[in-house]
Amino acid sequence: MDDKQRNEAYNQYVKAKIPKTRAWPSLFNSFWVGGVICLIGQAINDLLKLAFPMLSQQTNWTLTLIILIFIASFLTGIGVYDQIGKFAGGGSIVPITGFSNSITSPSIEFKSEGIIYGICVKMFTIAGPVIVFGVASSMVVGFIYWIISLF
Amino acid sequence: MEGVTIKLKKQPKIIGSYAIVGPKEGQGNFGTYFDYVMKNDFFGEDTFEKAERKMMENAIVGVIQKAKLQTSDIDLLISGDLLNQIISSSYAARAFKIPFLGVYGACSTMAESIAVASILVDAGFCKNVVCCTGSHFSTAERQYRFPLELGNQRPPTSQWTVTGAGSSVISLEGEGPKVTEITFGRVIDWGINDVNNMGGAMAPAARDTMLRHFKNTKTKPEDYDLILTGDLGKLGSEILIDLMEDEGIKLGTNYGDCGQMYFKRKQQTLCGASGAGCCATVFNSYIMKKLKEQQYKKILFMPTGALLSTTSTQQGDTIPCTCHAIVIEA
Repeated sequence: MDDKQRNEAYNQYVKAKIPKTRAWPSLFNSFWVGGVICLIGQAINDLLKLAFPMLSQQTNWTLTLIILIFIASFLTGIGVYDQIGKFAGGGSIVPITGFSNSITSPSIEFKSEGIIYGICVKMFTIAGPVIVFGVASSMVVGFIYWIISLF
Repeated sequence: MEGVTIKLKKQPKIIGSYAIVGPKEGQGNFGTYFDYVMKNDFFGEDTFEKAERKMMENAIVGVIQKAKLQTSDIDLLISGDLLNQIISSSYAARAFKIPFLGVYGACSTMAESIAVASILVDAGFCKNVVCCTGSHFSTAERQYRFPLELGNQRPPTSQWTVTGAGSSVISLEGEGPKVTEITFGRVIDWGINDVNNMGGAMAPAARDTMLRHFKNTKTKPEDYDLILTGDLGKLGSEILIDLMEDEGIKLGTNYGDCGQMYFKRKQQTLCGASGAGCCATVFNSYIMKKLKEQQYKKILFMPTGALLSTTSTQQGDTIPCTCHAIVIEA
Protein backbone atom coordinates (compact mmCIF):
# COMPACT_ATOMS: atom_id res chain seq x y z
CA MET A 1 0.00 0.00 0.00
CA ASP A 2 1.58 3.31 -1.01
CA ASP A 3 1.41 6.54 0.98
CA LYS A 4 -1.51 8.01 -0.96
CA GLN A 5 -3.70 4.95 -0.46
CA ARG A 6 -2.74 4.78 3.20
CA ASN A 7 -3.62 8.47 3.70
CA GLU A 8 -6.98 8.02 1.98
CA ALA A 9 -7.77 4.97 4.08
CA TYR A 10 -6.69 6.80 7.23
CA ASN A 11 -8.79 9.86 6.40
CA GLN A 12 -11.84 7.65 5.87
CA TYR A 13 -11.20 5.83 9.14
CA VAL A 14 -10.83 9.13 11.06
CA LYS A 15 -13.97 10.55 9.41
CA ALA A 16 -15.97 7.57 10.61
CA LYS A 17 -14.51 7.91 14.10
CA ILE A 18 -15.30 11.62 14.59
CA PRO A 19 -18.12 12.21 17.10
CA LYS A 20 -21.16 13.55 15.27
CA THR A 21 -23.05 16.70 16.19
CA ARG A 22 -26.65 15.81 16.90
CA ALA A 23 -28.48 17.65 14.12
CA TRP A 24 -32.05 17.89 15.44
CA PRO A 25 -31.37 19.50 18.86
CA SER A 26 -28.94 21.95 17.20
CA LEU A 27 -31.46 22.84 14.51
CA PHE A 28 -34.21 23.27 17.09
CA ASN A 29 -32.11 25.66 19.21
CA SER A 30 -31.03 27.62 16.14
CA PHE A 31 -34.64 27.87 15.01
CA TRP A 32 -36.14 29.19 18.19
CA VAL A 33 -33.29 31.58 19.13
CA GLY A 34 -33.19 32.95 15.59
CA GLY A 35 -36.96 33.34 15.76
CA VAL A 36 -36.78 35.19 19.07
CA ILE A 37 -34.18 37.61 17.66
CA CYS A 38 -36.48 38.35 14.70
CA LEU A 39 -39.41 38.76 17.09
CA ILE A 40 -37.43 41.31 19.11
CA GLY A 41 -36.67 43.16 15.86
CA GLN A 42 -40.34 43.22 14.94
CA ALA A 43 -41.27 44.44 18.44
CA ILE A 44 -38.74 47.30 18.23
CA ASN A 45 -40.15 48.22 14.82
CA ASP A 46 -43.75 48.23 16.08
CA LEU A 47 -42.88 50.22 19.21
CA LEU A 48 -41.05 52.83 17.11
CA LYS A 49 -44.13 53.10 14.91
CA LEU A 50 -46.27 53.71 17.98
CA ALA A 51 -43.86 56.19 19.58
CA PHE A 52 -42.94 58.15 16.47
CA PRO A 53 -45.86 57.93 13.99
CA MET A 54 -44.41 60.78 11.90
CA LEU A 55 -41.39 58.69 10.76
CA SER A 56 -41.49 57.03 7.35
CA GLN A 57 -41.41 53.22 7.12
CA GLN A 58 -37.89 53.39 5.61
CA THR A 59 -36.51 55.42 8.55
CA ASN A 60 -38.28 53.11 10.94
CA TRP A 61 -36.54 50.03 9.47
CA THR A 62 -33.17 51.76 9.57
CA LEU A 63 -33.63 52.69 13.22
CA THR A 64 -34.66 49.10 14.07
CA LEU A 65 -31.49 47.75 12.45
CA ILE A 66 -29.32 50.28 14.27
CA ILE A 67 -30.87 49.32 17.61
CA LEU A 68 -30.42 45.57 16.95
CA ILE A 69 -26.80 46.12 15.90
CA PHE A 70 -26.18 48.15 19.04
CA ILE A 71 -27.71 45.53 21.33
CA ALA A 72 -25.64 42.71 19.78
CA SER A 73 -22.48 44.81 19.91
CA PHE A 74 -23.12 45.63 23.54
CA LEU A 75 -23.79 41.97 24.42
CA THR A 76 -20.53 41.04 22.66
CA GLY A 77 -18.67 43.62 24.71
CA ILE A 78 -19.91 42.24 28.02
CA GLY A 79 -19.21 38.66 26.93
CA VAL A 80 -22.78 37.39 26.56
CA TYR A 81 -23.18 37.00 22.79
CA ASP A 82 -20.58 34.24 22.46
CA GLN A 83 -22.53 32.26 25.07
CA ILE A 84 -25.72 32.69 23.05
CA GLY A 85 -23.77 31.67 19.93
CA LYS A 86 -22.41 28.57 21.61
CA PHE A 87 -25.96 27.48 22.34
CA ALA A 88 -27.80 28.62 19.23
CA GLY A 89 -25.19 28.34 16.44
CA GLY A 90 -26.67 29.53 13.16
CA GLY A 91 -29.69 30.96 14.97
CA SER A 92 -27.63 33.85 16.31
CA ILE A 93 -25.13 34.07 13.42
CA VAL A 94 -27.53 34.54 10.50
CA PRO A 95 -29.54 37.59 11.73
CA ILE A 96 -27.94 41.03 11.57
CA THR A 97 -26.98 40.66 15.24
CA GLY A 98 -24.48 37.94 14.22
CA PHE A 99 -22.97 40.32 11.69
CA SER A 100 -22.59 42.91 14.42
CA ASN A 101 -20.93 40.32 16.66
CA SER A 102 -18.49 39.32 13.90
CA ILE A 103 -17.29 42.94 13.61
CA THR A 104 -17.23 43.79 17.31
CA SER A 105 -15.43 40.65 18.47
CA PRO A 106 -12.22 41.11 16.42
CA SER A 107 -12.24 44.82 17.30
CA ILE A 108 -12.14 43.94 21.00
CA GLU A 109 -9.62 41.18 20.44
CA PHE A 110 -7.10 43.26 18.51
CA LYS A 111 -7.38 46.42 20.59
CA SER A 112 -3.94 45.57 21.98
CA GLU A 113 -2.33 46.14 18.54
CA GLY A 114 -3.50 49.77 18.49
CA ILE A 115 -6.26 51.67 16.69
CA ILE A 116 -4.92 51.55 13.11
CA TYR A 117 -3.12 48.18 12.93
CA GLY A 118 -5.33 46.51 15.48
CA ILE A 119 -8.94 47.63 15.45
CA CYS A 120 -9.20 49.12 11.94
CA VAL A 121 -7.21 46.43 10.11
CA LYS A 122 -8.69 43.41 11.91
CA MET A 123 -12.27 44.65 12.23
CA PHE A 124 -13.41 43.00 9.00
CA THR A 125 -11.38 39.78 9.18
CA ILE A 126 -14.56 37.75 9.65
CA ALA A 127 -17.25 40.03 8.18
CA GLY A 128 -15.06 41.03 5.18
CA PRO A 129 -16.06 38.15 2.85
CA VAL A 130 -19.73 38.73 3.72
CA ILE A 131 -19.46 42.38 2.74
CA VAL A 132 -17.56 41.60 -0.49
CA PHE A 133 -20.09 38.99 -1.58
CA GLY A 134 -22.98 41.19 -0.49
CA VAL A 135 -21.78 44.13 -2.59
CA ALA A 136 -20.81 41.92 -5.56
CA SER A 137 -24.11 40.05 -5.64
CA SER A 138 -26.14 43.25 -5.29
CA MET A 139 -24.23 44.64 -8.30
CA VAL A 140 -25.13 41.53 -10.33
CA VAL A 141 -28.77 41.70 -9.26
CA GLY A 142 -28.86 45.45 -10.00
CA PHE A 143 -27.43 44.83 -13.45
CA ILE A 144 -30.05 42.15 -14.21
CA TYR A 145 -32.77 44.47 -12.91
CA TRP A 146 -31.53 47.24 -15.21
CA ILE A 147 -31.49 44.90 -18.26
CA ILE A 148 -35.07 43.78 -17.51
CA SER A 149 -36.23 47.38 -17.04
CA LEU A 150 -35.01 48.22 -20.58
CA PHE A 151 -37.76 46.08 -22.12
CA MET B 1 12.86 1.62 10.91
CA GLU B 2 15.17 4.60 10.89
CA GLY B 3 16.53 6.61 13.81
CA VAL B 4 18.22 5.58 16.99
CA THR B 5 17.18 5.61 20.60
CA ILE B 6 19.75 7.50 22.61
CA LYS B 7 20.78 5.80 25.85
CA LEU B 8 22.15 8.28 28.37
CA LYS B 9 25.15 6.88 30.24
CA LYS B 10 25.19 9.19 33.25
CA GLN B 11 21.39 9.47 33.40
CA PRO B 12 20.79 13.13 34.27
CA LYS B 13 18.18 13.83 36.92
CA ILE B 14 15.19 16.16 36.92
CA ILE B 15 16.00 17.92 40.18
CA GLY B 16 13.19 20.45 40.11
CA SER B 17 9.82 20.94 38.49
CA TYR B 18 7.28 23.75 38.56
CA ALA B 19 3.85 24.27 37.02
CA ILE B 20 1.75 27.43 36.83
CA VAL B 21 -1.74 27.43 35.28
CA GLY B 22 -4.79 29.58 34.61
CA PRO B 23 -8.02 29.51 36.65
CA LYS B 24 -9.91 27.07 34.38
CA GLU B 25 -6.98 24.64 34.48
CA GLY B 26 -6.88 25.01 38.27
CA GLN B 27 -10.44 23.66 38.40
CA GLY B 28 -9.50 20.67 36.26
CA ASN B 29 -8.53 17.19 37.33
CA PHE B 30 -4.93 18.07 38.24
CA GLY B 31 -5.88 21.33 39.99
CA THR B 32 -4.49 20.44 43.40
CA TYR B 33 -1.07 19.38 42.08
CA PHE B 34 -0.06 22.67 40.44
CA ASP B 35 2.40 25.00 42.19
CA TYR B 36 0.49 28.15 41.34
CA VAL B 37 -2.99 28.88 39.96
CA MET B 38 -3.48 32.34 38.47
CA LYS B 39 -6.56 34.28 39.53
CA ASN B 40 -7.34 35.42 36.00
CA ASP B 41 -6.00 34.98 32.47
CA PHE B 42 -4.43 38.45 32.36
CA PHE B 43 -2.09 37.79 35.32
CA GLY B 44 -1.91 41.52 36.07
CA GLU B 45 -0.79 42.46 32.54
CA ASP B 46 -2.65 44.45 29.90
CA THR B 47 -2.36 41.90 27.07
CA PHE B 48 -2.60 38.11 26.95
CA GLU B 49 0.81 37.90 25.24
CA LYS B 50 2.44 39.70 28.17
CA ALA B 51 0.56 37.42 30.56
CA GLU B 52 1.98 34.35 28.78
CA ARG B 53 5.46 35.81 29.01
CA LYS B 54 5.09 36.58 32.71
CA MET B 55 3.78 33.07 33.30
CA MET B 56 6.94 31.63 31.75
CA GLU B 57 9.16 33.99 33.73
CA ASN B 58 7.42 32.84 36.90
CA ALA B 59 7.88 29.20 35.93
CA ILE B 60 11.62 29.74 35.39
CA VAL B 61 12.09 31.61 38.68
CA GLY B 62 9.91 29.07 40.51
CA VAL B 63 11.79 26.02 39.28
CA ILE B 64 15.21 27.49 40.08
CA GLN B 65 14.00 28.17 43.62
CA LYS B 66 12.47 24.72 43.97
CA ALA B 67 15.74 23.11 42.88
CA LYS B 68 17.46 25.21 45.59
CA LEU B 69 19.73 26.89 43.06
CA GLN B 70 20.60 30.47 42.09
CA THR B 71 20.15 31.95 38.63
CA SER B 72 23.95 32.07 38.37
CA ASP B 73 24.09 28.25 38.74
CA ILE B 74 22.12 27.77 35.53
CA ASP B 75 24.22 27.26 32.40
CA LEU B 76 21.46 27.22 29.81
CA LEU B 77 17.76 27.90 29.37
CA ILE B 78 15.96 25.81 26.75
CA SER B 79 12.47 27.03 26.07
CA GLY B 80 9.68 27.13 23.50
CA ASP B 81 6.03 28.08 23.05
CA LEU B 82 3.33 28.31 20.39
CA LEU B 83 3.37 31.97 19.40
CA ASN B 84 4.94 33.14 16.15
CA GLN B 85 8.76 33.34 16.41
CA ILE B 86 8.40 31.86 19.93
CA ILE B 87 8.22 35.36 21.40
CA SER B 88 7.00 34.28 24.83
CA SER B 89 10.14 32.24 25.41
CA SER B 90 12.59 34.78 24.04
CA TYR B 91 10.95 37.67 25.87
CA ALA B 92 10.87 35.68 29.09
CA ALA B 93 14.57 34.84 28.62
CA ARG B 94 15.29 38.58 28.35
CA ALA B 95 14.63 38.86 32.09
CA PHE B 96 17.46 36.45 32.98
CA LYS B 97 21.20 36.49 32.52
CA ILE B 98 21.13 32.89 31.31
CA PRO B 99 22.19 31.82 27.78
CA PHE B 100 19.02 30.92 25.87
CA LEU B 101 18.28 28.23 23.32
CA GLY B 102 14.84 28.51 21.69
CA VAL B 103 13.26 25.28 20.50
CA TYR B 104 10.01 24.61 18.68
CA GLY B 105 8.16 21.33 18.62
CA ALA B 106 4.65 22.74 19.03
CA CYS B 107 2.95 20.77 21.79
CA SER B 108 5.88 18.33 22.02
CA THR B 109 8.27 21.12 23.08
CA MET B 110 8.51 19.97 26.72
CA ALA B 111 9.92 16.55 25.74
CA GLU B 112 12.13 18.12 23.10
CA SER B 113 13.68 20.59 25.54
CA ILE B 114 14.18 17.97 28.28
CA ALA B 115 15.79 15.67 25.69
CA VAL B 116 18.22 18.33 24.44
CA ALA B 117 19.01 19.43 27.99
CA SER B 118 19.65 15.85 29.14
CA ILE B 119 22.05 15.21 26.26
CA LEU B 120 24.00 18.40 27.04
CA VAL B 121 24.15 17.58 30.75
CA ASP B 122 25.02 13.93 30.12
CA ALA B 123 27.88 14.92 27.84
CA GLY B 124 29.19 17.24 30.55
CA PHE B 125 28.88 20.46 28.57
CA CYS B 126 26.38 21.97 30.99
CA LYS B 127 25.86 21.50 34.70
CA ASN B 128 22.32 22.74 35.31
CA VAL B 129 19.86 23.36 32.49
CA VAL B 130 16.38 24.82 32.83
CA CYS B 131 13.67 23.66 30.39
CA CYS B 132 10.47 25.66 30.11
CA THR B 133 7.37 25.41 27.93
CA GLY B 134 4.08 27.23 28.02
CA SER B 135 0.95 28.20 26.14
CA HIS B 136 -2.01 30.51 26.72
CA PHE B 137 -5.57 29.83 25.59
CA SER B 138 -6.30 33.41 24.56
CA THR B 139 -3.07 34.03 22.60
CA ALA B 140 -3.26 30.69 20.80
CA GLU B 141 -6.93 31.16 20.01
CA ARG B 142 -6.28 34.55 18.53
CA GLN B 143 -3.32 33.35 16.47
CA TYR B 144 -4.82 30.12 15.15
CA ARG B 145 -8.60 30.49 15.33
CA PHE B 146 -11.30 33.08 15.96
CA PRO B 147 -11.72 36.05 18.33
CA LEU B 148 -12.81 35.01 21.84
CA GLU B 149 -16.12 36.85 21.77
CA LEU B 150 -17.22 35.54 18.38
CA GLY B 151 -20.48 33.63 18.76
CA ASN B 152 -19.51 30.49 16.86
CA GLN B 153 -19.78 26.85 17.84
CA ARG B 154 -16.72 24.66 18.37
CA PRO B 155 -16.69 21.44 16.35
CA PRO B 156 -16.94 18.23 18.43
CA THR B 157 -13.30 17.31 17.68
CA SER B 158 -11.85 20.61 18.90
CA GLN B 159 -9.64 20.86 21.97
CA TRP B 160 -9.02 23.56 24.55
CA THR B 161 -5.55 25.15 24.64
CA VAL B 162 -4.18 25.06 28.16
CA THR B 163 -3.18 28.30 29.84
CA GLY B 164 -0.10 27.28 31.74
CA ALA B 165 3.65 26.88 31.82
CA GLY B 166 5.80 24.07 33.15
CA SER B 167 9.52 23.97 33.81
CA SER B 168 12.17 21.50 34.93
CA VAL B 169 15.82 21.65 35.96
CA ILE B 170 18.11 18.95 34.55
CA SER B 171 21.34 18.21 36.39
CA LEU B 172 23.71 15.41 37.38
CA GLU B 173 23.82 16.53 40.99
CA GLY B 174 20.87 16.37 43.35
CA GLU B 175 17.94 14.04 43.77
CA GLY B 176 15.17 13.30 41.32
CA PRO B 177 13.86 10.99 38.60
CA LYS B 178 16.40 10.08 35.91
CA VAL B 179 16.13 10.62 32.16
CA THR B 180 17.46 7.40 30.66
CA GLU B 181 16.43 7.08 27.01
CA ILE B 182 15.45 9.42 24.23
CA THR B 183 13.84 8.74 20.86
CA PHE B 184 13.48 11.81 18.68
CA GLY B 185 10.47 11.84 16.40
CA ARG B 186 10.27 11.91 12.64
CA VAL B 187 7.85 14.27 10.92
CA ILE B 188 4.81 12.25 9.92
CA ASP B 189 1.91 13.41 7.75
CA TRP B 190 -0.98 11.09 7.01
CA GLY B 191 -2.97 13.63 5.08
CA ILE B 192 -5.31 15.13 7.68
CA ASN B 193 -5.97 18.81 6.95
CA ASP B 194 -8.69 19.58 9.49
CA VAL B 195 -7.19 22.03 12.02
CA ASN B 196 -10.01 21.22 14.39
CA ASN B 197 -8.93 17.60 14.54
CA MET B 198 -5.39 17.72 15.90
CA GLY B 199 -5.75 14.36 17.62
CA GLY B 200 -6.40 12.62 14.32
CA ALA B 201 -3.48 14.40 12.69
CA MET B 202 -1.00 13.66 15.49
CA ALA B 203 -1.86 10.03 16.31
CA PRO B 204 0.21 8.61 13.39
CA ALA B 205 3.28 10.53 14.66
CA ALA B 206 2.83 8.99 18.12
CA ARG B 207 2.46 5.56 16.50
CA ASP B 208 5.68 6.00 14.53
CA THR B 209 7.79 7.11 17.52
CA MET B 210 6.27 4.45 19.76
CA LEU B 211 6.97 1.65 17.28
CA ARG B 212 10.55 2.81 16.77
CA HIS B 213 11.11 3.20 20.50
CA PHE B 214 9.77 -0.27 21.34
CA LYS B 215 11.84 -1.81 18.55
CA ASN B 216 15.08 0.00 19.43
CA THR B 217 14.84 -0.68 23.15
CA LYS B 218 13.29 -4.15 22.76
CA THR B 219 10.55 -3.23 25.24
CA LYS B 220 6.81 -3.77 25.35
CA PRO B 221 4.04 -1.50 26.73
CA GLU B 222 3.94 -3.70 29.87
CA ASP B 223 7.53 -2.71 30.71
CA TYR B 224 6.36 0.79 31.61
CA ASP B 225 4.25 1.85 34.55
CA LEU B 226 2.82 4.62 32.43
CA ILE B 227 2.88 5.53 28.77
CA LEU B 228 1.84 9.13 28.53
CA THR B 229 1.08 11.05 25.33
CA GLY B 230 0.67 14.81 25.34
CA ASP B 231 -2.48 16.23 23.81
CA LEU B 232 -3.96 13.66 21.47
CA GLY B 233 -7.22 14.21 23.32
CA LYS B 234 -10.15 11.87 23.53
CA LEU B 235 -10.38 11.11 19.83
CA GLY B 236 -6.63 11.05 19.13
CA SER B 237 -5.82 8.64 21.93
CA GLU B 238 -8.56 6.27 20.77
CA ILE B 239 -7.10 6.43 17.28
CA LEU B 240 -3.61 5.70 18.63
CA ILE B 241 -4.90 2.62 20.48
CA ASP B 242 -6.48 1.41 17.21
CA LEU B 243 -3.32 2.13 15.20
CA MET B 244 -1.13 0.25 17.67
CA GLU B 245 -3.58 -2.64 17.70
CA ASP B 246 -3.15 -2.89 13.92
CA GLU B 247 0.59 -3.34 14.61
CA GLY B 248 -0.13 -6.07 17.14
CA ILE B 249 0.66 -3.95 20.21
CA LYS B 250 -2.02 -3.65 22.86
CA LEU B 251 -2.04 -0.43 24.87
CA GLY B 252 -3.70 -1.22 28.17
CA THR B 253 -4.60 0.59 31.34
CA ASN B 254 -1.04 1.92 31.69
CA TYR B 255 -1.63 4.19 28.69
CA GLY B 256 -2.89 7.73 29.28
CA ASP B 257 -3.13 11.05 27.51
CA CYS B 258 -2.65 14.39 29.31
CA GLY B 259 -5.15 16.17 27.05
CA GLN B 260 -7.86 13.62 27.65
CA MET B 261 -7.41 13.62 31.43
CA TYR B 262 -6.85 17.35 31.95
CA PHE B 263 -10.33 18.81 32.29
CA LYS B 264 -13.49 17.62 33.96
CA ARG B 265 -16.41 16.72 31.72
CA LYS B 266 -18.58 19.57 32.92
CA GLN B 267 -15.92 22.05 31.78
CA GLN B 268 -17.08 21.42 28.20
CA THR B 269 -13.77 21.15 26.42
CA LEU B 270 -15.10 18.57 23.92
CA CYS B 271 -12.09 16.40 23.00
CA GLY B 272 -9.98 17.62 25.94
CA ALA B 273 -6.98 19.86 26.44
CA SER B 274 -4.17 20.74 24.04
CA GLY B 275 -1.28 23.15 23.72
CA ALA B 276 2.35 23.14 24.74
CA GLY B 277 1.33 23.90 28.33
CA CYS B 278 -0.89 20.81 28.53
CA CYS B 279 1.71 18.06 28.95
CA ALA B 280 4.25 20.54 30.41
CA THR B 281 2.06 21.31 33.41
CA VAL B 282 0.84 17.74 33.98
CA PHE B 283 4.36 16.35 33.71
CA ASN B 284 5.90 18.93 36.02
CA SER B 285 3.28 18.52 38.71
CA TYR B 286 1.34 15.25 38.96
CA ILE B 287 3.73 12.96 37.09
CA MET B 288 6.85 14.26 38.86
CA LYS B 289 5.14 13.85 42.23
CA LYS B 290 4.21 10.24 41.47
CA LEU B 291 7.74 9.52 40.24
CA LYS B 292 9.26 10.96 43.40
CA GLU B 293 6.86 8.91 45.52
CA GLN B 294 7.99 5.84 43.56
CA GLN B 295 4.41 5.11 42.50
CA TYR B 296 5.68 5.13 38.96
CA LYS B 297 9.07 3.51 38.48
CA LYS B 298 9.48 3.82 34.74
CA ILE B 299 7.44 5.96 32.40
CA LEU B 300 7.47 6.68 28.68
CA PHE B 301 6.63 10.32 28.13
CA MET B 302 5.90 11.07 24.50
CA PRO B 303 4.04 14.29 23.70
CA THR B 304 3.06 14.97 20.11
CA GLY B 305 3.16 18.26 18.24
CA ALA B 306 1.37 19.52 15.15
CA LEU B 307 3.86 21.51 13.08
CA LEU B 308 1.44 23.69 11.15
CA SER B 309 1.04 27.44 10.78
CA THR B 310 -1.95 29.60 9.91
CA THR B 311 -0.45 30.19 6.45
CA SER B 312 -0.13 26.48 5.66
CA THR B 313 -3.68 25.96 6.89
CA GLN B 314 -5.11 28.72 4.74
CA GLN B 315 -3.30 27.28 1.72
CA GLY B 316 -5.04 23.97 2.36
CA ASP B 317 -1.92 22.01 3.30
CA THR B 318 -2.09 18.86 5.37
CA ILE B 319 -0.74 18.84 8.94
CA PRO B 320 2.76 17.39 9.54
CA CYS B 321 3.27 16.17 13.10
CA THR B 322 6.03 14.88 15.30
CA CYS B 323 6.43 13.09 18.61
CA HIS B 324 9.47 12.92 20.88
CA ALA B 325 9.74 10.16 23.45
CA ILE B 326 11.74 10.18 26.68
CA VAL B 327 11.99 7.45 29.27
CA ILE B 328 12.08 8.58 32.88
CA GLU B 329 12.91 6.26 35.74
CA ALA B 330 12.30 7.00 39.40
